[in-house]
Amino acid sequence: MATLKELSRVEERFVGGHRLCAGCGHGIAVRMILNAAENSNVVVGCATGCLEVASTIYPYTAWRCSFIHNAFENAGATISGVEAAYRALKKKGKINEDFKFIAFGGDGGTYDIGLQSLSGAMERGHNIVYVCLDNEAYMNTGIQRSSATPTGADTTTSPAGKVIPGKQQPRKDLTAIMAAHNIPYAAQTAISNWQDVHKKAKKALEVEGPAFINVLSPCPRGWRYNTPDIVEITKLAVETRFWPLFEVENGKWKLNYKPKKYVPIEEFLKPQGRFRHLFKPGNEHLIKAIQEEVDNRWLALLERCGETPELPPR
Amino acid sequence: MKTKVALTGNEAVAQAMKQINPDVVAAYPITPQTEIVQIFSSFVANGEVDTEFIAVESEHSAMSAAIGAAAGGARAMTATSSQGLALMFEVVYIAASMRLPIVFPVVNRALSGPINIHCDHSDAMGLRDSGVIQLFSENAQEAYDNMIQAVRIAEHPDVRLPVMVNMDGFITSHAMDVLEVLDDETVRNFVGTYVPEDYLLDAKNPISMGNFDMYDFYFEHKRQQVEAMKAAREIIKEVGKEFAKISGREYGLIEAYKLDDADVAVVVLNSAAGTAKGVADELRAKGIRAGVLKPRVYRPFPQDEIREALKGVKAVAVMDRAETFSTCGGPMFADIRNTLYDLKNDIKVVNYIYGLGGRDLRLEHVEQVFEDLENIRKTGRVDETVKYLGLRD
Repeated sequence: MATLKELSRVEERFVGGHRLCAGCGHGIAVRMILNAAENSNVVVGCATGCLEVASTIYPYTAWRCSFIHNAFENAGATISGVEAAYRALKKKGKINEDFKFIAFGGDGGTYDIGLQSLSGAMERGHNIVYVCLDNEAYMNTGIQRSSATPTGADTTTSPAGKVIPGKQQPRKDLTAIMAAHNIPYAAQTAISNWQDVHKKAKKALEVEGPAFINVLSPCPRGWRYNTPDIVEITKLAVETRFWPLFEVENGKWKLNYKPKKYVPIEEFLKPQGRFRHLFKPGNEHLIKAIQEEVDNRWLALLERCGETPELPPR
Repeated sequence: MKTKVALTGNEAVAQAMKQINPDVVAAYPITPQTEIVQIFSSFVANGEVDTEFIAVESEHSAMSAAIGAAAGGARAMTATSSQGLALMFEVVYIAASMRLPIVFPVVNRALSGPINIHCDHSDAMGLRDSGVIQLFSENAQEAYDNMIQAVRIAEHPDVRLPVMVNMDGFITSHAMDVLEVLDDETVRNFVGTYVPEDYLLDAKNPISMGNFDMYDFYFEHKRQQVEAMKAAREIIKEVGKEFAKISGREYGLIEAYKLDDADVAVVVLNSAAGTAKGVADELRAKGIRAGVLKPRVYRPFPQDEIREALKGVKAVAVMDRAETFSTCGGPMFADIRNTLYDLKNDIKVVNYIYGLGGRDLRLEHVEQVFEDLENIRKTGRVDETVKYLGLRD
């Protein structure tokens, strides 16, 4: 495992001047992932979304490697095409260099509108890494719910109203869906755990064939937390088991982190404005239901990973 | 070397694709285009081409992957019809704005709904404002020839735009036709090697493509696309002349059939032009000075050539195989009328919508059109500007 000092020597491919918000997880995640590519040539594909609009405002670019944005729902297909071009041109001797292919999409562009394109790319076996920067809603258009939005979250299209208290459905388990494609590598990680991100990005880049990484990447505007607390918030998502860190390597599920004690979900929900309504008196049952959902998902995950299905000690 | 062969339109197009041997083909099956994908897949499976074939999960992904491949520096193609083209709609605009020379045959088929699998031009007309060059083909020979020329047109440094090669679904795509094909080497030499200017896989010169383009640059970029389209007019003619040297068949922007002394003329795209020419011949034998104008290129629109070809005609019927629902006629009618407006010589222009959803266009339909035109010419009066051919009341 590389040290931070060593990683700091890898030339940055995503550089300053971009217009991502302060306290946004995307810049952190992108730099960590690209860092794992070390000195390889990289082509980045990107779905429409915050990352794209904030990093490529013509005539500027924050990318020092080749970058392509096509549309919202087709980052999977677009990077497939670039990778196929690479194989064709390499075969014909038109290019000599090796390349890595990494696509980034937000949860809207990945869980929802881009799911088909991503599924197709994974099934076809392209040698690509698809990274979902999951901030749990359509943040670029102003915080609308996606299928990655967790139960109870207040978004502009699942508002916490007088009758309906935020999003009513549990979030989709995209990482499991990707693993079900029988790809060599699928993993879930979070920007708070840089070693975990680095290890997973490295594995994803090294395997032959498609790899998928789902990175929890908070959004200060959508989640409404104190901007400097981004890493703390993400840590709480991991400690409360709201966002477990795991990987599926050639079909084998492995849990990468097991919290030592039972941290109740309130710890993660409380600092965030999107869950504020859940803490009004009389809404205790809503938090209880969210806790049950988290615990059930955790137990199911432990079973998949061949671990004893038990909750951490309280 | 030229060989006479019997092929369907789909087979002819697949044959052209094999000879072009593109780097990447990304495609999805749809009636009546499916055969092209099938035949091409067998070329790949049998090692007859070096192409990386991507069997995508939708037409949206087909064009998206073709965009990725072309942006990567590859010669890329796709192929589709009807709903497939409609699903691609969004990304066809992006391919054009990124100035990617993607060549793609479109086997023209009616758009849903109601669902139908047969020929009309509503699919191609839906993309007429997308910024792609649109070539139309009367028969399998023209489809084959257009495919080969399309590569040169698309990749020309002054153009760098996608080219859509249209042919009529079933009528051309599935009917056996006799045509002359060139040998592989001649085609390979003609299309040459694609040398991209800026591309993602240039390790020494990384590039950002598909950037966010605001009100300070978007407008200029759109204007540059217009300039490329304007340039394409000349390039298409140049490529047509060069193609004549290897094939003996020269192509321009339009085909003017017996228009020099014509009093009445029909303007029509694709296979129906053959029917119209046959009727014009019959009428000429009867002393009626009939002619046919077949635009080979619909985008960019060959306004100067059409104006020149029709300037001496008294009455023109534009035949559209697509509806606009403007209630003012079909898409080509609007373009032709606009084109003739500046001549200020009172050419009467009428419109006939025909063949929607694969409705047959019969000789007597075209005879009726010419008869109407003769009446208009003689009386100087137009009773009905937009009419429907072969439609039950």
